[in-house]
Amino acid sequence: MSAIFILIGFSLVVALAFLVAFLWAIRNGQYEDDYSPAVRMLFDPSTDSDE
Amino acid sequence: MSTKQTIAHAPPQSASRNLETFYYDNTIVRNFAFATTFWGVAGMLVGLIVAIQMVIPTLTDGISFLSFGRIRPLHTNAVIFAFVGNGIYMGVYYSLQRLTKARMWSDLLSRIHFWGWQAIILSALISLPLGISSGKEYAELEWPIDIAITLVWVIFGVNMFMTIIKRRERHLYVAIWFFIATWITVAVLHIVNNIEIPVNFIKSYPIYAGVQDALVQWWYGHNAVAFFLTTPYLGLMYYFIPKAANRPVYSYRLSIIHFWALIFIYIWAGPHHLLYTSLPDWAQSLGTVFSVMLIAPSWGGMLNGLLTLRGAWDRVRTDPVLKFMVVAVTAYGMATFEGPMLSIKTVNAISHFTDWTIAHVHVGALGWNGFLTFGILYWLIPKMWKTKLFSTKLANAHFWIGTLGIVFYCIPLYWAGWTQSMMWKEFTADGFLAYPNFLETVVQIIPMYIMRILGGTMYLVGVFMMVYNMIKTIQSGSFLAQEKSEAPALEKGFKAAKNEYWHRWIERRPVQMLVLSLVLILIGGLVEMIPTFMIESNVPKIASVQPYTPLELQGRDLYVKEGCYTCHSQMVRPFRSETERYGEYSKSGEFVYDYPFQWGSKRTGPDLHRIGGKYPDSWHYHHMLDPRQMSPGSIMPAYQWMITNDMDLSTTAKKIRVMQTLGVPYPEGYAEQANDDLLRQADEIVANLKASGIEYFVVGETVVPAEKMRDKEIIAMIAYLQRLGTDIKAEVQAEK
Repeated sequence: MSAIFILIGFSLVVALAFLVAFLWAIRNGQYEDDYSPAVRMLFDPSTDSDE
Repeated sequence: MSTKQTIAHAPPQSASRNLETFYYDNTIVRNFAFATTFWGVAGMLVGLIVAIQMVIPTLTDGISFLSFGRIRPLHTNAVIFAFVGNGIYMGVYYSLQRLTKARMWSDLLSRIHFWGWQAIILSALISLPLGISSGKEYAELEWPIDIAITLVWVIFGVNMFMTIIKRRERHLYVAIWFFIATWITVAVLHIVNNIEIPVNFIKSYPIYAGVQDALVQWWYGHNAVAFFLTTPYLGLMYYFIPKAANRPVYSYRLSIIHFWALIFIYIWAGPHHLLYTSLPDWAQSLGTVFSVMLIAPSWGGMLNGLLTLRGAWDRVRTDPVLKFMVVAVTAYGMATFEGPMLSIKTVNAISHFTDWTIAHVHVGALGWNGFLTFGILYWLIPKMWKTKLFSTKLANAHFWIGTLGIVFYCIPLYWAGWTQSMMWKEFTADGFLAYPNFLETVVQIIPMYIMRILGGTMYLVGVFMMVYNMIKTIQSGSFLAQEKSEAPALEKGFKAAKNEYWHRWIERRPVQMLVLSLVLILIGGLVEMIPTFMIESNVPKIASVQPYTPLELQGRDLYVKEGCYTCHSQMVRPFRSETERYGEYSKSGEFVYDYPFQWGSKRTGPDLHRIGGKYPDSWHYHHMLDPRQMSPGSIMPAYQWMITNDMDLSTTAKKIRVMQTLGVPYPEGYAEQANDDLLRQADEIVANLKASGIEYFVVGETVVPAEKMRDKEIIAMIAYLQRLGTDIKAEVQAEK
């Protein structure tokens, strides 16, 4: 049963990493605009050529 | 070195930001697309074979490397890691470049990733049929391959993260978040669940035993579903559905919210694989609660995907790409409702060990993963070859036959699972089991197994249609290996002073500094704690539970090698219907020396935890040689090679030594005399067989004379089976 310490430990590390990432995203202004990303990804300036 | 990287072209009037021209790498996408298709066909073909074997158990009679127990893991590994795996990479390499407006950071790493992954698949293809297996589901590949997987995954991660860092689009679209979460979590899962001590190049023991191993295994197993089969595909959904429909995601805000909720909740749902086992009740309840909570973020994803098609539903009627994607997302919704339901103890008491679980898996696998992959392929191939899909009609036909295939696969198995479970649990009015013979419950569901073969075949036929369509499409087009694009570079923020001391970078970032330190400390702590816990905790809680004898250990390793756990469980649950059928329910202390645990997930055959002493040695001999001799109507394959193959006694000493390292209390120096004890016990079993009239072994033309009987694998297998569940029998008898 002591494996549970390892599992909870690693899950907490991963969860903590996710929390940090979440806070970074907010602070970095990733979610200031939650409308245009959905539309912007539809536009692709890439051409059908490789020249 | 890539020649297609950033070529900055400054416009004549210097603007505040340089417009840069670069090229997307489509070659790597093409390669992964081909691999996805190839391995999809291969993996599903193996699936078809194992499905037929369950109805015609003599299909591959006598061919050890094609026996069910060995190739069932080949099927699961192929469809998960080879089919879905390559599908993930195909989708990530295509979408990540365009979402970051940057070419993959390193073409070299891309190529190493591709060839490395295919090499890993090849090694699985070779090793699994040979019985080289760790005996842990979806983690069967032995330790050298595990190391290779780690290296290739790291290479993939470096390439992915560097591309993100060098991006020209500051905002990280939600799909990228799903890819990041996938990468981090899969890395942790893979490493933690595969910590093992090698015996030799092809055999190792996990550092966890019994209940510990079960816990770690299903923490891994469920999160593999979450972070390999779900999160990366949600990322792909968020890119390819809007692209294919040319509609923006229904609610970008919802995608953010459900992403973060999903990844926080998913990790805690693992215990739902261990309900009614010896896991503490609070942990089981935690798993149930988090699994039920998971409905919300999962359905957030489903709704977002489906509602993105608002205003485009008319095109779903004609466009096969959208058809596949819609059904994929719907199947995702179905599976993520069913999963939480199956996580509730009352439901799980019925469904566990039955075909209901298999049906549930395939709703997700065929519906969500399969169909989304097909939808992406049908959209991507014409695009990359600058042409139209060869035949829309054929693609639509694929859609319909595939959908019917899913229906004919899953519904019979729901029926089979429910039927068998009810039969297992039924009592007569007098309080006896209504179906005391397990075989009766198997025979009853064979018709459903036959229907499932039909469903799987239909699904596979659809895939062949797709392959044909893809080939014809490619032939009519011309491949665009390097796709030109342009975007301005990101504005730089704070510019560090030249020749600044390297450490200054993190000094300016106190939060990151803190977190990094914390993580390092935690890692260090865990590295120290793990061995301590694992070894110290393997102290027998039940005094009468002893380590396996050398012969039993060799037998157990054969049980693992032949994949017996794919059909037989070793976990009698505390239900009257189980204790009446099998004996005393399983106690956690009985499994302390089980490296790995072999509780199993499915009862195609009966539970074996209390099989020890139930039948004479000769019964087991006859049963392995031809199951139908002892059990008419049985669908178990025969294991003739066990009767003619010699045991490999050269590994005994090393195995004992590794066990001692893991804390199993064999006496000091026992490794050297282990084989003596082994042969002594083997002689006893041979004597038993002779007393029952078995003076020699015969398999076809091969005769094993009396003096060679003791060397054969079957002796070890009999020893192990006769040991199962006997450790506490004396105590239980005394209590009665």
